[in-house]
Amino acid sequence: MSDRTVQTVVGMEVHVQLKTRTKLFCSCETRFGDVPNSHVCPVCLGMPGVLPVMNREAYRLAVMTALALGCRLAERTKWDRKHYYYPDLPKNFQISQYDMPLGEHGHLEIETPDGDRKKIRILRVHLEEDAGKLTHAEGGGNASEVDLNRTGTPLMEIVSQPDLRSVDEVRAYCTGLRQLVTYLGVSEANMQMGHMRFEPNINLRITEDGGTAATPIVELKNLNSFRAVERAVAFEERRQLDEWDEGRLTLEQAGKVTRGWNDDTGETFVQRQKEEAHDYRYFPEPDLVVVEPEVEWIEGIRAELPELPLAKKDRFVRDFGLSDYDAGVLTAHIEMARYYERVAELSDAPKAAANWVTQGLLREINARGETFYREAVAITKREYDKAEDAIADVAEVMGPQFMQLAPHLVVSAEKLAELVSAVEAGTVNKQAGDKVLKGMIETGRPAAEIIEAEGLAQTSDTAELEKWIEEAIAANPGPAADVRAGKKKALGRIMGHIMKASRGKANPRVVTELLEKKLAP
Amino acid sequence: MADLLDLTAIEMLAALERGETTSRDLVAASLQRIDALDGRVRAFLSLRPEKALAEAQAADARRAAGEPLGPLAGIPVAVKDNMCTADGLPTTCASRILADFRAPYDAAVVSALRGAGAVIVGKTNLDEFAMGSSTENSGFGPTRNPWDLDRVPGGSSGGSAAAVAARMVPVALGSDTGGSIRLPASLCGVVGLKPTYGRVSRYGLVAYASSLDQIGPFARTAEDAALMLQVVAGHDPRDATSVDRGVPDYLAAVCGADVKGLRIGVPKEFFGEGLDAEVERLVRAAVSACQDAGATVREVSLPHTAYAIETYYLVATAEASSNLARYDGVHYGHRSAEHGDMIDMYCRSRAEGFGDEVKRRIMLGTFALSSGYYDAYYLKALKVRRLIKQDFDAVFAQVDCVVGPTSPTAAFRFGEKTADPLSMYLSDIYTISANLATIPGLSVPCGFTVAGLPVGLQVMSDIFTEGRLLGIAAVVGQATGARHRQPPLLDTLAGGKGVAR
Amino acid sequence: MGIERDEVAKVARLARIAMTDRELDTFSEQLSRILNYFDKLAELDTTDVEPLSHALPVANVFRDDAPGKSLPVDVALSNAPERTEAAFKVPRVLDEASSA
Repeated sequence: MSDRTVQTVVGMEVHVQLKTRTKLFCSCETRFGDVPNSHVCPVCLGMPGVLPVMNREAYRLAVMTALALGCRLAERTKWDRKHYYYPDLPKNFQISQYDMPLGEHGHLEIETPDGDRKKIRILRVHLEEDAGKLTHAEGGGNASEVDLNRTGTPLMEIVSQPDLRSVDEVRAYCTGLRQLVTYLGVSEANMQMGHMRFEPNINLRITEDGGTAATPIVELKNLNSFRAVERAVAFEERRQLDEWDEGRLTLEQAGKVTRGWNDDTGETFVQRQKEEAHDYRYFPEPDLVVVEPEVEWIEGIRAELPELPLAKKDRFVRDFGLSDYDAGVLTAHIEMARYYERVAELSDAPKAAANWVTQGLLREINARGETFYREAVAITKREYDKAEDAIADVAEVMGPQFMQLAPHLVVSAEKLAELVSAVEAGTVNKQAGDKVLKGMIETGRPAAEIIEAEGLAQTSDTAELEKWIEEAIAANPGPAADVRAGKKKALGRIMGHIMKASRGKANPRVVTELLEKKLAP
Repeated sequence: MADLLDLTAIEMLAALERGETTSRDLVAASLQRIDALDGRVRAFLSLRPEKALAEAQAADARRAAGEPLGPLAGIPVAVKDNMCTADGLPTTCASRILADFRAPYDAAVVSALRGAGAVIVGKTNLDEFAMGSSTENSGFGPTRNPWDLDRVPGGSSGGSAAAVAARMVPVALGSDTGGSIRLPASLCGVVGLKPTYGRVSRYGLVAYASSLDQIGPFARTAEDAALMLQVVAGHDPRDATSVDRGVPDYLAAVCGADVKGLRIGVPKEFFGEGLDAEVERLVRAAVSACQDAGATVREVSLPHTAYAIETYYLVATAEASSNLARYDGVHYGHRSAEHGDMIDMYCRSRAEGFGDEVKRRIMLGTFALSSGYYDAYYLKALKVRRLIKQDFDAVFAQVDCVVGPTSPTAAFRFGEKTADPLSMYLSDIYTISANLATIPGLSVPCGFTVAGLPVGLQVMSDIFTEGRLLGIAAVVGQATGARHRQPPLLDTLAGGKGVAR
Repeated sequence: MGIERDEVAKVARLARIAMTDRELDTFSEQLSRILNYFDKLAELDTTDVEPLSHALPVANVFRDDAPGKSLPVDVALSNAPERTEAAFKVPRVLDEASSA
């Protein structure tokens, strides 16, 4: 076999559920997991005589996203009917956008694991309604059941150009998009709730024997997690190459094929070809008027765009002196980034704050059980206003992991900042600090109280320290002599004795200084 | 008792005020008339007699107690069965596919009627899903023209038109997509108005063609039509296509209306081949009468009239094919008893539930929208639609209204046009353009043929000038005195106009 | 142009309406005649004419993102030809998961 290069080419279509209180065309609530068909009305049921009316907030959130992606906003946008018959689509058409999407030609900057940055071009952003849910009836048999609670939920569809070249880039794009929408606050992007659905379009470009050919494009439908996307794309890369070796079927010959992903077997499979699947008979939705957004309104939204993830990450590295890795961890979720920044600000010790958050706090979060977070959620519900109910919903589904999205529920930024300051000031040492953190989480009391109550304050009082030092030196003549002889390592033995005798309260930094002076060669 | 039903709604209100009658008597008379005649006329698909009488009684009590009353308080009315009513009566659209459908909500216009105190006695017959010009396409049998039971009442709002013509109710609501109020109004000798697109909320009107549908009143006088329009017109936040624009005082526009200085345009394209000679004579006489009353008349041209039918039937059927896609037996409506898989269920349910004309239009519309044909058919029709609108814009720069026949003929016999669908479509030739151009149009009776069949004069004017139309209708109505003639059918009531048989 | 019988069959399938052979014949003939009549539109030169796709020259109609009342489940399902306690029941769908 002659030399050949194989290039993976992937374009992504992502559906993002927008964070609105009500559906796109009616005022039913967009809630998750309740009794089937309990959030429906004649409009989203598609009953005879009903009409859609556009949700202003959904439109605003979609515009915000399009702006953040650097898209050109359409001066004039409209909606279209996309026709297909399915029991979860009561009108048997979906109101979507066809030829005049609200935003076009933008890009998303991604960062791959090896630190490279790349701009992935965004073809279009548009707004459409979701369908309901079809489930197979229990006990097998010949029936399916339809729940229309989700019907009419606002979805934003973001379509990229086929600029992605590897599984890593695909993953970076997906997580980057999730990060963006949560930063903007346009979506909760909770994967368990199906807020983001991915459809990679993947093929290979194969160069060999002096020519280049492309394999048929495979559209993978409805992947709902990053892991599924990674595995599916990786599988397709291999499968398409194998298929190519067998039959050399090209893009020109076969066009586009739809495949589904089986998470259990880890394989893609051909989906039953829906005949006429491509004749959606689009035409402009006559019940909705066009939208010509006012420039002032657009600029107002643009002015309110928050700092975007990579920009924030770069700023953390630059201004706070954090490592690239730490900055990445802290900016992964907007809630964590805001939390960290508050702690850094209040404690005026950004690097230490970073350590306390990424190590101390996250460790405690991961160690906590289910009971704890439910209690935290219950407290939140009482203390915060209705906006936090969304977090409570998320907590229900995610379990303890959710604490990463709401670190302020574990310990408030103000309280953590106090702890950071206390350690920086030398009031407690790091070890004691860990104990204080545990205490703060468990009791909700502030650092100062716990330090006082448990007597965890370190002593920097020279007089008191001298006493322990004298006593330790007396008890460890050998090591003392070693240190005087220049063997610095022996200090450790004496330090250990002092820390034990003082029950951890001796300030190790000051003790070290004093010891070094005392035992100077 | 039957004399009560000769009163207009406004006259009824006055009589109620003066204590000369009660709402209960009005509604009871209405129900008795329906009972006596509807076996033959078939205007109604469903009735709600007990509730109607109870509501009438309640209205009487409120009136007696001096409580505030709505503008239609205690007046019996009828509503075309393609408008949702949530009070237990089905909303069938005269289709077997919705034979048992019970809407969980009231249409905006129904709420408005109830809010005005009107007493809805029942739902009226129509061509299935409002698709037709004769009510012969009803899934539950046709309505008969009260002026001649062997002839059609026109369509699609044949039931409402007949109910008013037979004086079962003084006023009723219909819907008009290509002439479905005006045509039956003409054939049944009553006033029928299609408002400007967007003047009346479509929320709760079962959609046929979304960009053409409008709800409007039937009445025997322009004043009654004005009263009805006043009640139902106005912005509705549930209908994004309803205009946010104040509603003028239509009654004031009608009161003391005259046509002095009115500039009337008579389109030459409306007086060509196919127009019945008698109809033409009566229409021209009405125009002359207006001239005598001070109007000026000139010939105008609506050059794209010849293309209106095709344009309409492409736009309307495309939208209809989409609007009717939801009738699939999944969430409501008829589901085929025997079926295989999902697709089979859809196909059988729809085949069983829809009548032939509905199927034809769905197929046409689906074809017009399908890939490969979209540009040549649907898109092309939308462009011609703009040309038709521009025709009217140009004409209204020169005249205040456009006048002509509503229908090329008076009421035709059953079966006369059903063999060839195309021939039925051609009966809409004069009315269709108004829907395409979104302008308001009205039909007012202007005389009778030698055979005693009513003929309607159609008047169209610029957007949001319904007051002008109603004023002209008042003048023509007075001039021709058509409202005083009643269908011979009413003479068959026992004792002439006395107690019903 | 008219419309061929097999094209009519395709359209009927797209429109989800079952048809007997006889119906296909009748509809083919009727639809053909109607479409031939519609070909008149091709006579018109509409090169620079903008399609009138929205009846009103109105823009920007929205509603607030404020919750309203939903229907009780029983009412929502009250017209369902077949139902379980809280869901619409349909024949099993052979295709895999829904689109969108």
